[in-house]
Amino acid sequence: MVGKSVPRVDAYDKVTGRAKFTDDLIPDKCLTAKVYHAKIGNGIVKSIDTTEAEALDGVVKVVTFKDVPDHCYPTPGHPWSVELAHQDIADRNLLTGRVRYYGDDIAAVVAEDEVTASRALKLIKVEYEEYPVEIHPRKSMYGSRPPIHFDKKDNVLARSNYFIGNVEEGLKQSDTVVKRSYKTPIVQHCHIENPISYAYMEKGRIVVVTSTQIPHIVRRVIGQALGIPWGKIRVIKPYIGGGFGNKQDVLYEPLNAFLTTQVGGRPVKLDVSREETFCNTRTRHSIEYDLTAGVDQEGHLLAKDMMAYSNQGAYASHGHAIAANGLTAWRLQYACPNIRGEAYTVYTNTPVGGAMRAYGIPQAAFAIECFMDDIAAEIHMDPLEFRRRNLIEGYYEDAYLKPIAANTNGIFECLKKGADYIHWDEKRKEYANQTGFIRRGVGMSLFCYKTGVWPISLEIAGARLVLNQDGSMQLQLGATEIGQGADTVFSQMAAETLHMDVEDIHIQSFQDTDVTPFDTGAYASRQSFVTGTAVRQCAELMYQKILDYARTLLPNEKRTLSLDHGYIYAEKEPVISLEEVALESYYSLTNSSAITAEVSTQVKKNTIATGCCFAEVEVDIKLGKIRILNIINVHDSGKLINPQLAEMQVHGGMSMGMGYGLSEQLLLDEKTGRPLNGTLLDYKLMTALDTPDLKADFVELEDPMGPYGNKALGEPPAIPCAPAIRNAVLHATGVAFSEIPLTPQRLIEGFQKAGLL
Amino acid sequence: MKKQMQLVQCTVNGKEVAEYVDVRESLLEMLRNRLGLTSVKKGCEVGECGACTVIVDGETIDSCIYLAVWAEGKNIRTLEGLEKNGELTRIQEAFIEEGAIQCGFCTPGFVMSATVLLERGEKLSREAIKKQMSGNLCRCTGYHNIINAVEKVMDENFEKKDET
Repeated sequence: MVGKSVPRVDAYDKVTGRAKFTDDLIPDKCLTAKVYHAKIGNGIVKSIDTTEAEALDGVVKVVTFKDVPDHCYPTPGHPWSVELAHQDIADRNLLTGRVRYYGDDIAAVVAEDEVTASRALKLIKVEYEEYPVEIHPRKSMYGSRPPIHFDKKDNVLARSNYFIGNVEEGLKQSDTVVKRSYKTPIVQHCHIENPISYAYMEKGRIVVVTSTQIPHIVRRVIGQALGIPWGKIRVIKPYIGGGFGNKQDVLYEPLNAFLTTQVGGRPVKLDVSREETFCNTRTRHSIEYDLTAGVDQEGHLLAKDMMAYSNQGAYASHGHAIAANGLTAWRLQYACPNIRGEAYTVYTNTPVGGAMRAYGIPQAAFAIECFMDDIAAEIHMDPLEFRRRNLIEGYYEDAYLKPIAANTNGIFECLKKGADYIHWDEKRKEYANQTGFIRRGVGMSLFCYKTGVWPISLEIAGARLVLNQDGSMQLQLGATEIGQGADTVFSQMAAETLHMDVEDIHIQSFQDTDVTPFDTGAYASRQSFVTGTAVRQCAELMYQKILDYARTLLPNEKRTLSLDHGYIYAEKEPVISLEEVALESYYSLTNSSAITAEVSTQVKKNTIATGCCFAEVEVDIKLGKIRILNIINVHDSGKLINPQLAEMQVHGGMSMGMGYGLSEQLLLDEKTGRPLNGTLLDYKLMTALDTPDLKADFVELEDPMGPYGNKALGEPPAIPCAPAIRNAVLHATGVAFSEIPLTPQRLIEGFQKAGLL
Repeated sequence: MKKQMQLVQCTVNGKEVAEYVDVRESLLEMLRNRLGLTSVKKGCEVGECGACTVIVDGETIDSCIYLAVWAEGKNIRTLEGLEKNGELTRIQEAFIEEGAIQCGFCTPGFVMSATVLLERGEKLSREAIKKQMSGNLCRCTGYHNIINAVEKVMDENFEKKDET
C-alpha cells in the first residue's frame, strides 16, 4: 500500500461538494461577530463610545478592550513548553487599547446577522493618541518612544547568533571575498478558505469549531487566553480550505470563544474577510540579509557570515523561531570551516509575521542561493559546479542541534536529474553571450529542510485504531488533513502494516479534541514522519492484538499466526477470517473484548530532506517580463508514500515559489503601515494562465529514520523556485537582482541601472 | 433600515424553486443559506477567487457578486446537480484520476468552470484552457493537474466525435 498512488480518500466527497468545511456546519440562528479594527498604525485609544452601536436593533453585545482579560497570551502553533525559558512569547490580549499596527483589534460586535454587525461597527466612535509609525526593522531596532511592547525597549523581540571556527581568519585566508545584501517581501498564504470559526457553550464548556491546522494547540491557547482550565474547551476541526502555516497560528478562536461566553453561550460565528485575512491574520516575514563569504582559488568556501533582520510586525506570533531557522540552514549542507550567523527579529508597526510554508527557509534560501550564484560569477565559475564543490556528499549533521542530520542525502542525484532535464551544460553555453532585448537563461537553486521540529521543540503524536465488527478498521488521529493528503497517506501506512486494503481503513477526518488522540498538528512537514511513526506503532500493536485474540479462538493451533487481507493464516493456511475474529471480539458470550489499539509516541529524531529547482526563462528586457519556459523541482524526501500525492504537493509548492519570485508582495503604506494591496485582485498570486507546465521528480532514498523510509515533503517544494528564477534572469541578462518579486517595475529599474535600457 | 424581501422563482439543479430573499442578498447567500447548497464556496465575496462559481443559463458566474433577485427565471446549476445517483460526470472523475484535488475548497468552482468549457464543445489548446480557467484561483495544486483533467476530457470528447 505504501508507495502506491491510491486516490485520495476524500476525493469523492470533495469533487461532489459534500466535504464539509466550517462554514458549511454553522448552526441555525448563529450570531455573527465582527471585529472593530484600528484606523491608525501606532498609538493608544483615548476614548471609545459604543452607545450607538449597542442601541442598534439586532445588536446583541458589544465588547471592547476594557472588557477582556488583562493578561497576555501566546499564539503560535508550537507545542507548549513546560520550561519557562522556552515558552512562547505572550504579548497579545483578545482586544487592545494599545494599537500596534493599522487594523489592530479594539472591539467586537455580536449581532443577529452580518449586515447588522457591519453597521454597528460603523457606529463605534474611537479617539486615538497617535505615535509615529515605523515599518522597517532596521530602523525600529534602534528603539521608539514608547516601544511597541513595553518590555522590549529597543523593539528587538529576540537576537541569536553562533560561531563555528573563526570567520575573520577564514576571510583573511580567502582569495576572493564577496559581500552582498538581499531582501525578501512580505507575502500572504492566500488559502482559498479564509479563517473562520464558530463557538458555543455546552454543559458549561466552550466548543469551538474552526478552520485550523492545530486543533489541540488551539484548545490550549484558548484556555490560556481566557484563563480557564484547558479541559473546559473542546475544539473541532472540519475539512479546511488550505492553511500553509497561517492556520498554524491561533487566530481569532480565543476571541470567538470569549464572545460566546458574553452572550450566554449562544453560537457565535467569526468569519474573517479576505481583506482581514491579509491584514489581521499572519504573513510571511520579510527578512533582510547581509552576507559575506570568502573562497579560495578552487572555489571552496573558507568562511561565511550572515546577518539577518526579520520584520516581525506588531506581535510575536512564531517570532524569532523563523529567523533562527534560516540561521540554522546557513550552517548546513555546504561545507565551510568558519561560519558565523546572527539574526535580529524586530517588532514594527506592520501586520504580524508568522509561519508560512517552510518556516523561514524560503527567505534564507533566497539569500543563500542568490549569493552562491553571485560568488560563482565573481570567480567566473559555473554556479552548479561551484555548488558541487562545496556541497557535502552523504551524511552530515548539525553542529549544534543533535540529532538533526542528513541520514540520507540525495542532493547530487537531484542535481543530476535537474541539470539533465533543463540541459544545463548546453544552455549555459548557448545563452552565454546574448544581445538584444529578448534573452534566455537557465538558473538553479537548492535547499535542505528538517523533518519536524525535534530537538528545538517537542515531537509527539498519537494514534488509535478500532477494529470494527466487519473486520475493517477506524483510524483516529490528532494530526490534520489540510489538503496535503495526510488522511490518505496515513490510511496507506496503516493498511501497509496491517496487511489490509486501504478501503478497509476508515480514517476519521474531523479532529475533535475530546476524542482524537493528542497530536500537535500539521506543520514543519512533520506529520508523515512523526505521526507516521505513531501510526506504524499503533498498527503493529493492533496486528499483535488481533493475533492474540485469534489465538484464543483457535486453542489447538500451535503454528505461527499472521494476518493478511482479511484472513488469519497459520503459516500459509488460512484458518479464520478477520471478520469472524472481529465479530467474536464484540459478541462472544465467553470472551468478548472489542479490540482497540492506541499509542502516544514521542519522536526524538530528525532527518534532513533536500532538493533543487532548475528553471529556464525568457526575459523581455523592454517590457520587464519574465516567461518561464521550463521548470523542474527534484526532491529527495525519502521513500514516497503516495507518488501522485507527492507530485501534487510539489506542483503546489512550485506555484507558490514562482509567485514568490515573480509577483507576490504585500505592500504597506509608509505612513501608517496599512496594506495597500490586501485583496486577491491587487495581490498577485499565480493564476492558471501564469503557470507554465510543471515538472516534479524525485530521488527516493530510503531514510532510516522515517517510519516508512520517508522524510519531509509538505513544505520544501515552496523553497527553491524563486532563487532559481532570479539566477536564470542573472544568466540571461547579467543583472543580479537582490530583491524579489521580480515585477516589471523592479526589472525595468534594474535593467536601466545596468545600462541595458 | 427594514429588510426588503422579494420572491425569486428560478430553476436550481433542475428543480423549480421559489424563495423570498433579502433584496441585498447575493446568489451565493441564497444558494448556501436558503437552499443548503454548500458546495458553493465563499472565498472573497468580491468576485476575485472563483470559489463560488455556479452556472447561470449556461454561463459561469461568481455567485458572490450576483444578486439573488437577478436569478428570477434563470436556470442555475451548482456542483450538487452534476452527480446522478452516485455517478460522477466525466470531468469529476478526471479530477480524481489526475490528482486535481487537494484541500478541495476551490474544487467546486473549478469543476463548474470546466463543465461549461467542456459543454461548449470547442477543442482548445492547453494555453486556451488555462486562459479560460484563470478566473478560478487555487493555492494548493499549482493548476497543472486541473488543466490536465480538463484537457483529458476534452480530448476524449473529440476522440468520440471523430469515431461517430
